[in-house]
Amino acid sequence: MNLTAPLAALGANVLAALAMIGRVTLYAAETVSHLFRPPFYGREFMNALLHIGWLSLPVVGMTTLFTGGALALQIYAGGSRFNAEAVVPSIVAIGMVRELGPVLGGLMVAARVASSIAAEIGTMKVTEQIDALVTLSTHPMKYLTLPRVLAATLAVPVLVGVGDVVGIMGGYLVGITRLEFNAAAYLTNTMDFLETFDVVSGLIKGAVFGFIVALIGCFYGMHSARGAQGVGRATKSAVVAASVLIFAANYILTELFFSA
Amino acid sequence: MIDLIDVHKGFGPKKVLQGVNLSIQTGTSMVIIGGSGTGKSVALKCVLGLITPDRGRILLDGKDTREGDRDAFLARFGMLFQGGALFDSLPVWQNVAFRLLRGSLKRPKAEAREIAIEKLRRVGLKPETADLFPAELSGGMQKRVGLARAIAAEPEIIFFDEPTTGLDPIMAGVINDLIREIVVEMGATAMTITHDMSSVRAIADNVAMLHDGVIKWSGPVSEMDNSGDPYLDQFIHGRAEGPIEAVR
Repeated sequence: MNLTAPLAALGANVLAALAMIGRVTLYAAETVSHLFRPPFYGREFMNALLHIGWLSLPVVGMTTLFTGGALALQIYAGGSRFNAEAVVPSIVAIGMVRELGPVLGGLMVAARVASSIAAEIGTMKVTEQIDALVTLSTHPMKYLTLPRVLAATLAVPVLVGVGDVVGIMGGYLVGITRLEFNAAAYLTNTMDFLETFDVVSGLIKGAVFGFIVALIGCFYGMHSARGAQGVGRATKSAVVAASVLIFAANYILTELFFSA
Repeated sequence: MIDLIDVHKGFGPKKVLQGVNLSIQTGTSMVIIGGSGTGKSVALKCVLGLITPDRGRILLDGKDTREGDRDAFLARFGMLFQGGALFDSLPVWQNVAFRLLRGSLKRPKAEAREIAIEKLRRVGLKPETADLFPAELSGGMQKRVGLARAIAAEPEIIFFDEPTTGLDPIMAGVINDLIREIVVEMGATAMTITHDMSSVRAIADNVAMLHDGVIKWSGPVSEMDNSGDPYLDQFIHGRAEGPIEAVR
C-alpha cells in the first residue's frame, strides 16, 4: 500500500480549491473592471433588478417573519430562566438587523437567485448562446455578469432592510399576542436599544452577500460543463458555494464590525 | 480573404488541429467537411477568436485576426450556429436585430424592427413570427431565424455551422437553397462546416476535407467526385471501408 496516496489526494484537493479561489477572484476583478468601461446595458440591469430584488421580496419576507416570531419565543423561554423576559424586544431587533436579516436574506437569495442565474447562463453556454453573443460583438461579462452582480449588490441590502422590519414585526406580533407584552412598550424597547450602526452593518453585509450570490451564480454558469448534467452540477455548486461563502463572509464582517 | 496558416489546437492530450492550412478567397463559398470530432467547429471558432489557437496564424485580408479592433473585426462576420443559438429571453425580432439594437451598428428601435422583419421575410418567415419567442418555433423556423440574424447587419463574411443538422431532407434543401441565394445576392464570403453532402453540392464553390487535424484535400466542388483522394472518396460515398477508421 502506498502510504503517500492519502497525502497526495489531500494535496490535489487543496490545490484544486486554491485554483478555484484564484479563478473566482480573477472573475470578480474582471467583473468589477467592466463597471468602469462602457458600453453598459441598462435594460439588462433593470431586468436583473426586477428578478433579483422585487421577485425575492415574498420569500425573504416570509422567512424573516417566521424567524422573528420564533426568535421572540426562544428568547422569552431562555430569558425566563433568569428573569430577563423583558429583553425580548431589544434582542429580537438586534439579532434580526445584525445577523438573521442579512444571513437569512442572503441565503434565501442564494437559493433562489444563484441557482437560477447558474442554470440560465449554463444553458446559454451549452446551447452556444454565449458564443453567439461574442459573434454579435457583445461581451458576455458586460451583458450577463455585470448587470446581475450590480443588481444583486444593490437589491439585497434593500431586501435585508425589508426583512429586518418584517422580522421585528414577527417578533412584535408574537410578543403582544402570545407573550403578553404591551404593544407600545415593545416598540419603545425595540427602538431604544437599536443603534444606527446595527442597521448599517446589516445592510453592508447584505451588499456583500448580494455580490457573492450573483458573482458565484454567473461564475458557475459561465464554467458549466456540457449537457443537462453539466448545467445541473453548475447549479448545485453555485448554491452550495454561495451559501458557504455567505457564512464565511458573515463571520469576517462580524469580526471587522464588532470585535472588541 | 481568410488564411489559416499552420493552425494547431489541442485540448489537454487531444490534438484536434495539427497544422491546418487553408485559404478562402473573397466572395467564394468554402465548405469544410470531415467526420465528427475532426475539429471543423474548432477551426471555425479559431477564425472568430472564440477559441485561441495554440500555434499558427489566421489572417483576414492579410492582417492577423488577433490584432486591431475586435468589435470592428466581429462586425464583418455573421454566423449561423448549429442549434440556432437564439436568445430564449428575447422575441424573434430582437434576436434578429440584436446587433442593430446595441453597439456601433445601433439604429432606432423602429428601424431595427423593420430591418428584422424584412430579413425574416427574406428567409421565408411571416412578419407575425417577429413577436414570437424562440421556444415557440419549430427547428426549421429556428434555423431560419438564425440565418436572418446572421445576415441582419449585412456582413461581408458568413459562417454556417452544420446548417442542416436536425432538419428533414426537404427543410434541409430549403435552408441550403436559401444559404446559396443569400451568399450570392450579398456577394459574401462564406465558410460552412457540414457532414451533409447535399449541403456541400448546393452551397460550395470550394471544398476542403479535414481529417486527423489537417486538410487532406481541397479544391473546387466540381473536382470533388474525381479527386482520386481515398479519404475524400470514402467520406463522400459514405463507405465503411477505407483509410478513415470507422468505429463500430
